[in-house]
Amino acid sequence: MKYVPLNDLHIALGGKMVEFAGYNMPVRYSSDKEEHLTVRNGVGVFDVSHMGEFMLTGAKALELIQHVISNDASKLFDGKALYAYLPNNEGGVVDDLLVYRIHAEKYMLVVNASNIEKDWAWISQHNTVGAEMKNVSEDMCLFAVQGPKAIEAMQALTAINLGEMPYYTFQIAEFAGVQDIIISATGYTGSGGFELYVPNEYAEKVWQAIFEAGKEYGIKPIGLGARDTLRLEKGFMLYGNDIDDHTSPLEAGLGWVTKFTKPFINSEYLKSQKEAGVQRKLVAFKMNELAIPRSHYAILDAEGNKIGEVTSGTMSPSLEVGIGMGYVPLAHATEGAQIFIEIRQKKIAATVSKAPLV
Amino acid sequence: MNIPANLHYTKDHEWIKVEENNIAVVGITEHAQKELGDIVYVEIESIGESLDQNAVFGTVEAVKTVADLFLPVAGKVLEVNADLSGEPALVNSSPYEKGWLIRLELANTEDLQALLTAEGYKELIHA
Repeated sequence: MKYVPLNDLHIALGGKMVEFAGYNMPVRYSSDKEEHLTVRNGVGVFDVSHMGEFMLTGAKALELIQHVISNDASKLFDGKALYAYLPNNEGGVVDDLLVYRIHAEKYMLVVNASNIEKDWAWISQHNTVGAEMKNVSEDMCLFAVQGPKAIEAMQALTAINLGEMPYYTFQIAEFAGVQDIIISATGYTGSGGFELYVPNEYAEKVWQAIFEAGKEYGIKPIGLGARDTLRLEKGFMLYGNDIDDHTSPLEAGLGWVTKFTKPFINSEYLKSQKEAGVQRKLVAFKMNELAIPRSHYAILDAEGNKIGEVTSGTMSPSLEVGIGMGYVPLAHATEGAQIFIEIRQKKIAATVSKAPLV
Repeated sequence: MNIPANLHYTKDHEWIKVEENNIAVVGITEHAQKELGDIVYVEIESIGESLDQNAVFGTVEAVKTVADLFLPVAGKVLEVNADLSGEPALVNSSPYEKGWLIRLELANTEDLQALLTAEGYKELIHA
């Protein structure tokens, strides 16, 4: 088991620690619901230092990135990030990730904790052009300060005008008295805010400064439990649940980050799949009555035939209904379609809904 | 961690308290509710059924997880705590009092002797 640098601090804050992707992580501090609503209505902070970061540098860095990712990184400019995935050769997905352009010959890739080793091996294997690669995952903490009050609460800690930063841009600046912090207007909650990439040696100082500045805004530490319910309400997919080595990115709705403007790994196959059209799609749904869908529950049609499986499910703390995602045949993939979830041998009705659900 | 001395406990984190003669009340422990997190609803459809020890008598759904409820000893389910349908979070806030789950008619009162004491349960959860 691995430990994030602030592990002891999370325990002291009352965090219930669980193993996630090989790391000892806080799943909740007080209550999943309360933490969820804190981020939706105020401001909360996640320590997501388990996430992986790779630095790709040199004249060949962009060429390597363009070869391994689905999206078009040539459209990036300094201080701009994009979302993409790493396609494999079998029509599936190695991982989903963010690509940050620091400058024309320096990029940061942010990958899922569960896939750090797999992604590193995959990208290294395809690095035939000689880009310089460095895995800095163990050197860096990542704090996500999220919620509608995040800008106001954090403004005192930096001279950068946080309110003027467009979504998916970043700046490298002084934050909480520490130089060269990557301040990124990104997140996985759909409630706005920032993600801060902090060198380990300044992690505690920055964390404490965040809580000091956020005190009057009711800032709270937020666990991975609420992170999951927050992302699911917005229809953001989670690698390992909703997409994996065997799922088609086009079925998952990742067509918008699949750019055939340039060749990339398996792009010819994906292009033909796009032209032929997919047979099933990842959809979001809401339960019609009080019931909670969970991963791997069967999705049924009106006659009771199994048409798919739930990939993610939870109670939505904002809507107070069960919500989920899963792959269903095209005929059932339209908004308003009635599907059924098998819960303890019962067939419970659900409605296919357009994400975000909140 | 609150582990009242006058209750019997199971390895599955249920408690049982004898009220009178062969009638007992069953719930989940403080430790269990904490592990589960915010409880969203309790589904118990076994009223009137006579069940064996360790039989599943219901399910508890929390925001992040779901868990089966196991009968600590054999008996007949007489009643479900009606307050839980409107306020399932009582299981979180008052697991041993207002958040009780069912009232049970015991098949054999001596079955209770095989269950864990508060001391034994405390050891089980390393409290």
